[in-house]
Amino acid sequence: MNEKMILDIHDLDISFKTTAGNVHAIRGINIDLEKGETVAIVGESGSGKSVTMKAAMGILAKNATVNSGKIEFKYSNEQGEQVVDILQKDKRWIRKHINGKRIAMVFQDPMTSLDPTMTIGKQLMEGLLWHFDISKEEAKNRSISLLKEVGINDAEKRMKQYPHQLSGGMRQRVVIAIALSCNPDLLICDEPTTALDVTIQAKIIELIKKVQEERGISVIYITHDLGVVAKVADYVNVMYAGKIVEKGTINEIFYDPRHPYTWGLLSAMPDLSTDDPRLYTIPGSPPNLLNEKPGDAFAPRNKFALEIDDKLEPPMFKVTDTHYAATWLLDERAPKVEMPKELRERLDRMKKEAAEYGSEL
Amino acid sequence: MKKYVLKRVLTSIGTLLAIVLVLFILMHLMPGSPFNDEKLTDVQREVIYAKYGLDDPIVVQFGRYVVNMCKGDFGVSYKISKNTPISQLIETRLPISIGIGFYAVARGAVIGLILGLLAALKRDTIIDTVCTIVSVIGVSVPSYVFALGLSYTLGFKWKIFPMLYDSADALGSSVMPSIALSMFTMASIARFTRTEMIEVLGSEYMLLAESKGLSGTKLIFTHALRNALIPIITVLAPLVVDLMTGSLVVEKIFAIPGVGSLLVNAIQSNDYNVVIALSFIYSAMYIVIMLVVDILYGIIDPRIRLGKEGD
Repeated sequence: MNEKMILDIHDLDISFKTTAGNVHAIRGINIDLEKGETVAIVGESGSGKSVTMKAAMGILAKNATVNSGKIEFKYSNEQGEQVVDILQKDKRWIRKHINGKRIAMVFQDPMTSLDPTMTIGKQLMEGLLWHFDISKEEAKNRSISLLKEVGINDAEKRMKQYPHQLSGGMRQRVVIAIALSCNPDLLICDEPTTALDVTIQAKIIELIKKVQEERGISVIYITHDLGVVAKVADYVNVMYAGKIVEKGTINEIFYDPRHPYTWGLLSAMPDLSTDDPRLYTIPGSPPNLLNEKPGDAFAPRNKFALEIDDKLEPPMFKVTDTHYAATWLLDERAPKVEMPKELRERLDRMKKEAAEYGSEL
Repeated sequence: MKKYVLKRVLTSIGTLLAIVLVLFILMHLMPGSPFNDEKLTDVQREVIYAKYGLDDPIVVQFGRYVVNMCKGDFGVSYKISKNTPISQLIETRLPISIGIGFYAVARGAVIGLILGLLAALKRDTIIDTVCTIVSVIGVSVPSYVFALGLSYTLGFKWKIFPMLYDSADALGSSVMPSIALSMFTMASIARFTRTEMIEVLGSEYMLLAESKGLSGTKLIFTHALRNALIPIITVLAPLVVDLMTGSLVVEKIFAIPGVGSLLVNAIQSNDYNVVIALSFIYSAMYIVIMLVVDILYGIIDPRIRLGKEGD
């Protein structure tokens, strides 16, 4: 673990026991995150994005087994800097030292993630009173200033209200305030805008960006919305069937994607500046992880698949120091395959537009 | 909240009046009368009718009945216990039935809640299986079977509690009947609690609460239980009334002088006033409990209490 690293997930492998059999949901994942950075994890539903993050929070479902791997987390306390492997710690320890206090989570649906029978104020103060030795009065004052920080007007009044009295966007702000309440070092956002109105989405993303800058915390975004990724992330991990298939900086993933799955995801983004009325989708559906097959899990849906894809899983090929992709197309013996022409044109256009407006993306 | 309670109380009173009217009409539509004795001549019968005001038009009778009822006078018995005021007839019996019912509900609800909670928390373990078996037995075996079993073991073999109701030892005498009666309540509550708890435990707000780092007990008592209780209260309400009004068979087995046997006698002998009075009391109890449940909902669930005014 280097100096600035805060989270290092190494070779994580998780399976779930179900009545139908063992589901191998996470198959050797590596993710690292430095202080102040934003990493996005992108992939279809069921690719294992949320499971990975729940493992880091120690809130995996009871039927989950961690087969191997490490989740190293660095934090500082009175004794100086500490590095722990979260997977080695028991639930009690994680609850006391990690959950809410150092790693906090923002959930997908603010309509269901707040307790309907408890006031906003109580839900906010709960974590504060639990982790810190402070008076109720102090907790209340801190909660009010938190609500103000996340952009909620008349915070005092809101403290006494119940979740059903707030709009969806407002509730997500409350959820973010709860997550920030104990000053975490790492914020995990599990599809924070998926359940929200489009008009609210941008505001919530702006809010998360703002608090990240102000507090200097690291953020992990779990999402399938590449539009969100483009706005917020420094690094992107593309996940498929419990594996990371491509990782790189935001520019590398958006302008120079190498994995056919990433090509598919990018092509599937709606685009207004094309004459083609059709919306591209990736053919087929994600594999059932109940019955694992040899070879690349994406091969059956991949029109660029090679013969070897059915036999052997591709390793991570290095493209640059920060850019890796797990596809046999990058092997030197593979035939030269370019990304689809339409996508190439689209990415070039995006790049040109970005340059015109003077931003990276 | 005040407005809500007031509205509910007013509707309850209206409902009760409607119930009395329907009961009254139904009783008078029934063939026969309390004075079906063949030895009575027509003249004698007319005298008796005049005495009790039964020869007046039904509207007049109803008006008189309601006025008297408001004064707490339910009339007199015509047949079972001639000319005894009904209030006197019920006075001694009702508390016994209610008492036994209350013990049964309290015991059933508390044990059921604990069993259901354990089953949900230790889901898919041996504890869950045991709780499920207990609740299946409780739901499917009739209460008189439990009554007989208890009577044989605790009463006859080990002589811990009196086998027959003994008014000198009211508390001890009500133990066995209330256990027998509570089995169904306990089993239903246990099953319901388990289902509700499992649903609540899998909800996203529990995950959020867990991600705050709260301890397990705090999670269950401050977040899960309150949310799970809302639907549980709904099933508890009708169970309460069923038990308060007693179970006829269990009353017979333990020779309890409750209201159950009185009601059956009264119906068989067309004793109008007794039947109406008892049915009215049952309905009133039901309505009062429903009212209590509605108010409890409001206390537990802010979405009901605050309603639209919160927007």
